[in-house]
Amino acid sequence: MSRNVERVAPFAFGLIALVLWQGAVWVTHTPSYVVPGPVDIARAFWEAQGALGAGLLSTLAVTGAALLSSTVLGVFLAVAMAASPLFRSAVQPWAVVVQVTPVVAIAPLIIIWVGQPFLALVVCAVVVSFFAILSNTAAGLAATPPELMDLFRLNGATRWQVLFQLSLPYALPYFLTGLRLAGTLALVGAVVAEFVAGSGGFASGLAWEIIEASYRLQIPRMFAALLLLGAAGVGIYALLGTLERVVLAWRNGA
Amino acid sequence: MFTLSGIGKQFGNGTKALEGINAEIAPGSFVALLGPSGCGKSTLLRLLAGLDTPSRGEISWGHAGRPAAGEIGYVFQDPTLLPWADAAENVYLPLRLRGVSRAEGMPRVMAALAQVGLDGFEHAKPKALSGGMRMRVSIARALVSEPALLLMDEPFGALDEFTRHKLQDDLLGLWRRTGKTVVFVTHSIYEAAYLANRIMIMTPRPGRIATILTPELPEGAGRRNSAAYHRLVAEITGDFQRIMPA
Repeated sequence: MSRNVERVAPFAFGLIALVLWQGAVWVTHTPSYVVPGPVDIARAFWEAQGALGAGLLSTLAVTGAALLSSTVLGVFLAVAMAASPLFRSAVQPWAVVVQVTPVVAIAPLIIIWVGQPFLALVVCAVVVSFFAILSNTAAGLAATPPELMDLFRLNGATRWQVLFQLSLPYALPYFLTGLRLAGTLALVGAVVAEFVAGSGGFASGLAWEIIEASYRLQIPRMFAALLLLGAAGVGIYALLGTLERVVLAWRNGA
Repeated sequence: MFTLSGIGKQFGNGTKALEGINAEIAPGSFVALLGPSGCGKSTLLRLLAGLDTPSRGEISWGHAGRPAAGEIGYVFQDPTLLPWADAAENVYLPLRLRGVSRAEGMPRVMAALAQVGLDGFEHAKPKALSGGMRMRVSIARALVSEPALLLMDEPFGALDEFTRHKLQDDLLGLWRRTGKTVVFVTHSIYEAAYLANRIMIMTPRPGRIATILTPELPEGAGRRNSAAYHRLVAEITGDFQRIMPA
């Protein structure tokens, strides 16, 4: 009984908030170009669903490509750092520099240098997201129990056997945590890059929908795009969280 | 027979872990390295395994020569099983690493699991096994390559008393059946007295062998309650009181 109540609680809360919001907009006669009520937003969403859907798909394509590239880049760097202390000390500070540089600041450069728009957006999103995968995977590789390393050595294992049969499988839970974080970061990176590209005239993704709506003072439509973006973030997080749970349950299952 | 002569081990930070270790280990003997924490007994075990090299002295292996990869079975303090692999896969690991095919290896895996009383559990993953059963899998993993030398580093330290007694008895039975040489590190006087026919008592800072005892206890069910066992425990306790600085 109480579990059902808990499950319903967030939706009930959201519904009450929506009703109060709509009520406040009606009572105060706030015009929809200042604060639109939920009804206006729903109508804008319905009317612009084609454009919004296309924008969402485009943003998700950038996010997906970036997540894939971040996985390859992050895991490769983590493995190389674990294998070679020299490589680690040479590369680690630069990885941190790339991570702390605001993507807004370097996105214009990346867009100029890369040229091809889709690729430029992906590169921006990778810059934002790869570090989460790199640092988590590196932590996982470092957490391999030393006794098992000894056991592999005692049986004459090669470095590749240690990597593929011990260290990487051990790092899997850490990698999956990094992937879940990188998923939402890649979305943020993609949208930020779209904003920069959009103000430079390249129309793409949900960010462009938001920019265009704001130019035209279509505030309900702007809200609709924002909500879609939030839903996409929650969706990505939930999807990767489920992936994490399923993979680990299958791996450690009885 | 292998011989330790003048073994010393000093770590990079200057800590002397071992100094002047001289000992002979005869084939088929059950040797206990007994001492308090920090006396270097685990370090000595790692030197025997070749996981580390001594700073001074040498280990001579006699005419059999230095054991090759897989000729030493090593059991750690924790079971250290691969959490994603079932019992059979965990036991197969040393064979797989050395390129033994599944067809050739699996019968040996099953035999090793049977030796530690785990037949029927080959498809259980570590999470589904109790602490004692995990340690049995770990022992089976050390036995599967049929090593002449079995090195054990406080393997039963984390188990409850009842499980520990059972595994001790099983290990004794295994040792008598197979005639392997066992070097067993422990900080439990009771455990060393119960298991070994050669007890090396070690003292810390730096780690040295203070005394070597060669007890003979009755075999079989009466061993744990025998007067000889209790006398031996008392004797070792007395030795420690004598040699350990207050």
